[in-house]
This record gives sequence, structure tokens and C-alpha cells, in this order.
Amino acid sequence: MIESAIDIVITGLILGGLYALIAVGLSLQYGVGRVLNVSHGEFIILAALTTYSLYTVTGIHPLVAIAFIAPALFVVGFVLDRTIFNDLRRTSVNEDHFEGRSLLVSFGLLFVIQNLMLMSWGAGLRGYSVLNTPVEILGNRYGLNRVIALVVAVTASVGFYLFIRHTRVGKAIRAAAERPDVAEALGVNRKRVLAICFGLGAGLAGLAGVLHSMMFDIQASRGIELTVIAIVVVVVGGLGSITGSLFGGFLLGLVIAVVNFIDPSLSLVAFYLIFILVLLVRPAGIFGRQIHAD
Amino acid sequence: MLISTILSEEKPALVAIPVTIAAFAIAPSTLPESIGISLITVLMYTILALSWTMFSGPTGYISLATAGLFGVGVYTTAFLRDSLPLEAVVLLGGAAAFVVALTIGLLTLRIKGVYFILFTFGVAALMRTSVQWWETHINGTVGRHVTAATNETVYLLLLIIFAATLVAAFLLRHASPGLALLGIGENEDAAEHVGVNVTRLKVLTFAASSVLMGMTGAVMATRFRYIDPSIAFNPLISFLPVLMAILGGVSKLYGPMIGAAILVALQEFLITEYPYVYLLIFGLTLVVVVLWLPGGLVELAQKGYFRLKIQWIKLRMRLTRFRRTRQAKRR
Repeated sequence: MIESAIDIVITGLILGGLYALIAVGLSLQYGVGRVLNVSHGEFIILAALTTYSLYTVTGIHPLVAIAFIAPALFVVGFVLDRTIFNDLRRTSVNEDHFEGRSLLVSFGLLFVIQNLMLMSWGAGLRGYSVLNTPVEILGNRYGLNRVIALVVAVTASVGFYLFIRHTRVGKAIRAAAERPDVAEALGVNRKRVLAICFGLGAGLAGLAGVLHSMMFDIQASRGIELTVIAIVVVVVGGLGSITGSLFGGFLLGLVIAVVNFIDPSLSLVAFYLIFILVLLVRPAGIFGRQIHAD
Repeated sequence: MLISTILSEEKPALVAIPVTIAAFAIAPSTLPESIGISLITVLMYTILALSWTMFSGPTGYISLATAGLFGVGVYTTAFLRDSLPLEAVVLLGGAAAFVVALTIGLLTLRIKGVYFILFTFGVAALMRTSVQWWETHINGTVGRHVTAATNETVYLLLLIIFAATLVAAFLLRHASPGLALLGIGENEDAAEHVGVNVTRLKVLTFAASSVLMGMTGAVMATRFRYIDPSIAFNPLISFLPVLMAILGGVSKLYGPMIGAAILVALQEFLITEYPYVYLLIFGLTLVVVVLWLPGGLVELAQKGYFRLKIQWIKLRMRLTRFRRTRQAKRR
């Protein structure tokens, strides 16, 4: 009993680290750029499938693959914001109008990316095993890959927090999120900051995708579930709050671990139930508009 | 007031609506059979797109719950098909969708903008996954067989629902609730201040338009013959009407109908052999329409027509000038 309780907690932590990372990317894109990017999960799956192919075909280790998958997706995100979302921003009458339109466009991107992936990788499950030597923690055994994934996810989140908090670009991002007009008057290039934010969000999705592929089998059509997870975590943890995302991520990871323990077939029902409950209980309230440094 | 405005301003519509319904009524017997079969799909999506537009068009609240309401109708038929006459089942399907939509409406009173979109998307997904779980784990089945109805029956029932949708959508545009809905879309607080009961109007319009979606689902179940949650609550049934409506343009009644015809044609060509290509094109179209065609094809055509008209006037002016100078030279 105690062992399975510990197992649930540790599994929850491992899931939670990944969830937090997924959420930080989304909250950056929505918190600063006001783009509620529902194709976020698609970016994650794209990175995961690319990692899978790199590993199985060329033998490049996933942890090495991070070094170029994340930057590549950063560029994709940067360009997307510079072209599509910048255009939308220019032609929308107000912020609500922009939010609605950008949500529809990102649903369009979801269909585009998902079906490009289905065309290249097919609909089946794709998986590989790497670093799966068992590690014993408090009487339960876990694959080394999962532990490494947790460590990388938490390190990346903390590193990202330090980046937002202390670097020049990080300060510009916070300024642009808090008072876009004032930031612009003080010489922040808003367009570039927004593009950087969207790029960073996509880059974090890339990192999360690599880690995801190390832990689970991947299916091209299941990106939307990751997006739903990210939205739940962001609403629970607070928009743009990185510690909040970590907290929300671990909380959701724990809940999902409990559900999986009781009946794994209920996990999808649980996802969507939590999703709409969270939207109901905390509509807009917790979605402030700031990128905090806490 | 209502009748006089309609008579003075909407004469073309008074002709166009009966003509459209009549055209759909004679189409299956005049067109080749292969096209006649696709007309069922055209009618289904036209009804969904039009009824989606009734609520979401004027208010700007983008609902992605269509698949859920359609699915409620489908499952009503799956349960009752063999114990009641089909007409009664269809009405019950509409009633069930009404109740579900009323619940969704009451729950989402305080939710606006992107949260409303996400919530409606989540509700449809929750319905799909819970019915899936319930069927496999409680009933020990994946899908259900539904006693088929003839193509003629399906078509006739859809045609009746279509006619009702068209008339309802037309009346809504001209009655005061329709104007009040537009007001909500422009500025909800202002609408409230001038005495519109915003909550009641929003919830009732949403629920009323959902009746049409539920009835359509109930009819279509007899055409699918075999249904499971991923067919009944297919997320695409939520997305397609949105794209059809904005592709055609929500400012005119025929906008969503044009959008539905185009996308169903695309679907018929591609879905069986190249489903991924079809969905890829669907996604690209969504991006392109939102980005560059905010008023849809209707507005594009209006703009084009306007431009042509200007060119025509310019041409005529040049011609007159030319004639005058020629006459002056002769003298």
C-alpha cells in the first residue's frame, strides 16, 4: 500500500516535470503574444517523432538531438509569429478579436502539422528504448530515461526562470507583457519580443517533445491531449508564472498518476473533465496578463 | 414592423428561399445518382453551418460544441430507432440536444472569448471520451448498429429540417432578437444597458439552434448504419461548420451554404483515398480564410462586383469623353 502510494507520487512527479515544461511554453505564447496556441501539442509530437527517426535511423542520441531540435523549432515559431500572427495582429480591431482569430488559425495549424506528420510517419505507435536501465527509488523501480527526463525538465524550467528573471531579453519580455505601450516607448522592439516569445514557446515544445519520446510511445494524432494538459496546467498554476507551472504540472501529474492507478482507461475522460472544470471554476481570473518572475 | 421591413428590404430573399428549397427538392431526381447521394452530405453540413451561424455569427461566440450536439441526436436514434417511429425519434433527438445545449449555455454564462471556444471544445471531447468509456466498460461494446432508413427518407427529413433552418435563420435576422444578438456581438455590456436580457437571449438562441443540430444527427444515424463515439462525436463535425460559415461569409444566409457546398465537394473527392491531404487542405484553408478573407467569399464577391462596377463606370465616362471630343473635332 505504502509502496504503491510512493509509486504514484514519483510517477506523478515524473509526469509533472514534463507537464510543467509543456505549460511554460504555452503560457509564454499566450501570456505575452495573446496567441492561445492549440497547435502546441503538435509541435511537441513533431519533435518527438523527429527524435524517434533520428535515433532509429542515424543513431543520434535523444539528449544530443535536443541541441538542434529545440533551436530548429525556435526558428519555426519565430517565423510563424513574424508572418502569420504579426499579420493577424495588424488587421484585428482589438485584443479579443485577435485572440479569437489567432485561436482559429492555430487550430488550422494543428490540422496542417498533424496531417503532415500522419503522411510522413503514419498513424501507428512509434517508440524506441533508450537508457532504460532500472533505477531503484524508495523501493520502486523506474527507467533511468524517466528520471533523466524529470531532471532535464526541471533544470530547463529553472534555467528558463533565470533567463526571464536576469537577462536583457527576459526583462524585455516581462516589460512587453506587463505594459506593451510603455515598453515600446522605452525602446523595446515589441514585434521582435513577441516573435522571440513564440519561438521560445515552440523551442520549449521541442525540448518537451524529445523528453516525451524518451518516456512514452508516440502517436501522430495525439498532440491535442498535450495541448489540453498544457492549458489545464496554465490555468491552475497561473499564466506566465513559472513556479506556478511547475506546481500545476506536478499537481496534474499526481492526479493523472492516481487515475492511471485506478483505471488507465479513464485517463482521457479525466483529462477533459479536469479541463472543463478548470475553465469553469477559474475563467479568466487566474489568466492575468503578466509574465511574473516568481 | 417586421413584415413591412422584410417586404421592403428583402424581396430577393423571399424569392430565393423557396427557390433554394424547391431546387433541393427536385435535385435528386434530376441530377445523376452519384451526385444525388452526396446531396445528403451537402444538406447535413448546410444545416449544421447555418444553425451554427444563427448563434455564433451575430454574437461572435465561436462554439465548437456542434459535434457534441450532433452526437446526442445520433445516440438518441441508436437507442430508440426500433421502438418508435423515425419522425418521433428525430424530434426527441432535437429535444435531447436542446437540453444538453441549455446546460452548456447555463454553465458558460460567465465565460467569454477564447475560454468559451475552449470550453465548448472540451465539452464535446468529454462527451466523446465518456460515451466511449461507458460503452466499452459498462456495455461491453464499441459501437452500435442502427436500422437503416432509405436514402429517400433521409433526404426528405433533412430537407424538412433544412427548410425549417433557413426560415428560422431568416426570421432571426429580421426579428428584434436577431438585432439584439448583433448588439451582443458588438458590445455585450452596452446591449445589457439598453435593456436586452443578454443571458436569456444567448442561452435560448444557442439551445434553439442546437435543436436543428440534434435532429440532423438523429437523421444521419440511420444513414451511417453503424455508429460509435468517434463517428457520432467526430471533432471534425465541430470544425467543419465553422470553416464553412467563415469561408462563405456569415453576413449573408447563402454564405454558409456556399462554404458547405465547396467543402463537401472537396471532401467527396479526397476523403476516401487521401484523408490526410483533405485534412491538410482543410487546415490551410482555415488559416488562409481567417488571415486574408475575414468576410468570406461573399464579401470577396461583393468587393469584386464593386470594383467591376467602378471600372464599368470609368469606361463609360471615357467613352462619352471620347465621343464628345470626336464630335467637337467634326464641327
